[in-house]
Amino acid sequence: MDILNALILLLNYIFIPALTYGSQLALGAIFVTLIYGILRFANFATGDMMAFGTMVTILFTWYFQSLGISLGVLPTALLAIPFGILFMIIYMLSIDKFVFKYYRVNKSPPVQLAMVSIGVMFVTQAVVRIIIGPSDQRFFDGEKFIIKAREFKEMTGLNEGLALKSTQVITVLVTIVLVSLLFWFLNKTKTGKSMKAYSDNEDLALLSGIDPKKIVMITWIIAGILATIGGALYGLDKSFKPFTYFNNMLPIFAAAIVGGIGNPFGAFLGGYVIAFSEIFLTYAYKKFFIYILPESMEPESLVQLLSTDYKFAVSFSILVIVLLYRPSGIFKGKVL
Amino acid sequence: MAYFEGIEMTGGYGNGPNIINSCTVNVNRGEIVSILGPNGAGKSTAMKAMLGLLNLKSGSIKINGKDISNLSPQDRVKEGISFVPQNKNVFAGMTVEENLEMGAFLLNDEIKDIIEEIYELFPILKEKQNQLVGELSGGQRQQVALGRALMIKPTVLMLDEPTAGVSPIVMDELFDHIVKVKRNDVAILMVEQNAKQALSISDRGYVLVTGENRYAGTGNELLNDPRVRSSFLGG
Amino acid sequence: MRKNLNVIAAYSIMMVLIILVGVFQSWNIALSIFNMCLISAVMTMGANIQWGYAGLINFGIMGYTALGGLAAVLISVDPVQEAWSAGGFDILMCLWLIIALVLIIRFILKNFQKSKVRTYSIAALIISGIILIRFTAEPGIEAIEDINPAKTGFLGGFGLPIIFSWIVGAFFAGGLAFIVGKVALGLRADYLAIATLLISEIVIAIIKHEDWLTRGVKNVIGLKRPAPYEVDLQSTDWFITLVEKFNSGKLEVFSNLSDRQAALNQLVIEGSSIFVKLCYSGLFLTVVIILLILTQKALYSPWGRMMRAIRDNEEAANAMGKNVVKQHLLIFILGSAIVGIAGAMLVTQDGLFTPGSYRPMRYTFLIWVMVIVGGSGNNFGAILGGFAVWFLWIEAAPIALFLINFFTAGMSETHALKLHLIESVPYFRFLMMGLGLLLIMRYRPKGILPEKIEIK
Repeated sequence: MDILNALILLLNYIFIPALTYGSQLALGAIFVTLIYGILRFANFATGDMMAFGTMVTILFTWYFQSLGISLGVLPTALLAIPFGILFMIIYMLSIDKFVFKYYRVNKSPPVQLAMVSIGVMFVTQAVVRIIIGPSDQRFFDGEKFIIKAREFKEMTGLNEGLALKSTQVITVLVTIVLVSLLFWFLNKTKTGKSMKAYSDNEDLALLSGIDPKKIVMITWIIAGILATIGGALYGLDKSFKPFTYFNNMLPIFAAAIVGGIGNPFGAFLGGYVIAFSEIFLTYAYKKFFIYILPESMEPESLVQLLSTDYKFAVSFSILVIVLLYRPSGIFKGKVL
Repeated sequence: MAYFEGIEMTGGYGNGPNIINSCTVNVNRGEIVSILGPNGAGKSTAMKAMLGLLNLKSGSIKINGKDISNLSPQDRVKEGISFVPQNKNVFAGMTVEENLEMGAFLLNDEIKDIIEEIYELFPILKEKQNQLVGELSGGQRQQVALGRALMIKPTVLMLDEPTAGVSPIVMDELFDHIVKVKRNDVAILMVEQNAKQALSISDRGYVLVTGENRYAGTGNELLNDPRVRSSFLGG
Repeated sequence: MRKNLNVIAAYSIMMVLIILVGVFQSWNIALSIFNMCLISAVMTMGANIQWGYAGLINFGIMGYTALGGLAAVLISVDPVQEAWSAGGFDILMCLWLIIALVLIIRFILKNFQKSKVRTYSIAALIISGIILIRFTAEPGIEAIEDINPAKTGFLGGFGLPIIFSWIVGAFFAGGLAFIVGKVALGLRADYLAIATLLISEIVIAIIKHEDWLTRGVKNVIGLKRPAPYEVDLQSTDWFITLVEKFNSGKLEVFSNLSDRQAALNQLVIEGSSIFVKLCYSGLFLTVVIILLILTQKALYSPWGRMMRAIRDNEEAANAMGKNVVKQHLLIFILGSAIVGIAGAMLVTQDGLFTPGSYRPMRYTFLIWVMVIVGGSGNNFGAILGGFAVWFLWIEAAPIALFLINFFTAGMSETHALKLHLIESVPYFRFLMMGLGLLLIMRYRPKGILPEKIEIK
């Protein structure tokens, strides 16, 4: 019984939150890695672009709510996401046209493009804050829990409760579907393969008749889909605050690099590596040990490796270690 | 009139100085033509000019009598001109089969048969079809590069130093493959450092010096020309 | 000569702008802008040494600024005796442990061949070391943080004049840069950018959460000043006489003695804060001029020539026998140290240390905008960038307000859009920064005052 309690404890406080957080990071990391692999620069506007897509989603959610449209137990935001994606893609394509294209055509060094992305970051941040403001926005509606901790306790007779939020299930399900679709697209379709080819060897791709303009456009479209959905899922699960989104750029970069930048599958796994290690290292295991150890050996301290204050620091340290020992990332394999 | 010809080409990269000066090169179908010359003679540049990778100040490029001087490289590929660059001529992070598929990017019809044909030509590629090209040996990579270029069923194949950096045995093997390709009625134009071997399989050859035509003739003529021998073939 | 004309013109415009602020808004605002411009200029000079001289990207400016600030606290605050007696011993033990750990690792690295066993044993050593350090430090840290947490709860500092911290801050930042440089300088440019950004976040996390050292988010306030206090000035005779003399014209109009006294009091209060700001301006200006002379001398010295050679063609410089790695490390340390000075200056001016306020937008990316806008590789450009961008950063809100009012003049005062826009005025500064950066990068990629090397 105690073993079961201990397992539920870990499931409830480590596994489920880490899986959810990891999925959100993974989507962002694939976004970073796609831009890096095909457009060849580190996009410092990542977090703010995600905030932009989420903002549009929120505005449409509010609009639908004011019209009385809802999805019943599901959050209305799911209905608004396609509109968020649409606006996001338009925004990204116009930024590409007016800003990035010039440097791409002139074959500027990646560092210069990264600097330009900082300009885009400032502008996007301003746009988001001017439109929706800098404060916290909650836009979740519908049924909050699938399993409530109390109900679970009553049902199973265990001491530990298991709470499963609907946003957690939605996040994981949507991520699985989206990522499977993406990998199918990249590995099985002709367009997807041509993206891989372009990322692998740009000149040869041109000589094979692959149209760079089309590749760039498709990249931004996919990036827009990933960024909006990733951002909206994060906002649904936690809350939407522009500054948090800007900050999320950092673990997202960490995930993309840990997975080997330019490699979407690595970025996908990298998201979970970062999320799990953050939560594993900062969880206080006291209760866990109380369940599994005999009474005489019960710990008195929190049994916490690092205080939760250092949550971000964990992922950054992992990144620094990876950069030092395996700059190509921990997952070997194909590019893109 | 030859099938594929570059007539009096003059030009250089960007706004830089001219690298080739009224240089003329042509090749017929079913023929191998080598462009030879010392370092910096503009051999590769002449070839890239014919592919449209640099802007010509004067001169013209014709295929089958049609002037293609103003077409982009991509559009020239559509005219049946395929090019194998000297470096980075494969998609190293993709499998052999994917490389071939990318070669046929412009074709919209079924490409299975073409891939089979390529496998017949280069049997080793069939064995390695699902391996990443980055993991293959130098000679096998060159075969992938050739195979990729042949996927569009080109009428003209241009090779930039196809045997650079491979061992002599592999070089002979590659030349054998190139001769096989020629028998399919393809016009082959290549730039080579290994002048003797290249001339021995070539029908004709050009020797460029400082961007201008210096000597021209059949492979044997050039091989036996004392001036060419002493300057470029090492005696 | 034309180049000098450009510089003079650009700086004159900048000065005129600040004077205009003084005339139309107030001299107090103008002087605080001027002081912050000077501090920004020091930061940009630091970043410019790294980027402009050597092509190294340092997105960790924030971390070095914060370390400089920490130095200001540790130097100027009086030591908290009770805290030292409560937990000082444990902390010192930890310090010894850390030194011992580093020495042991160095010993292993030097005396054993590279192997898996070595790597794993070092990893094991570090992990067990961290656990040991935590166990040693825990009681000490708790004891320290328990002592009068509302006021102290930390070890305090050395009680020295705060000016010293400008040098110590440079050493702190340089020390961190040494470690970061050793670790990360071999990375590709964009990886280096990301790595330094993340390392600076780790530094901030530590400063925010190690309360025994920094008081963390509880902030340290009331730091000692190198300049006189306004309250003291207001009761000092020579200062009152000075203000009286300075404003004799204004005061003459009063016939009534008590009215005149009230007006004088008002002037003294205003004057005192201007006087204090002028003191800071003097100090900061001295630092900027000293740094400018040094960096200019360095730029035109054989060493500066070598740095540019390394920046423009690393391989060739390497082949010429220049130790690129060592020079990169050196310049990384120097640049970061200058940023550390700026960090200490900033805290000195504010008189308080607020770890929560260190955010990458303000302390990293804004500084980069300054460097790029001003002109990388040119010290005059970097300083100008610091001035121009900071000026715009502060004056963005009034400008935006003016523009909004101008364009929405037709709308009624209660129009929802107008109200919303006016409410979001503070965020237009981001828009202006972003657009400014994008426009400069597109149309004047070398900055307002581009790098121009004269051969002497």
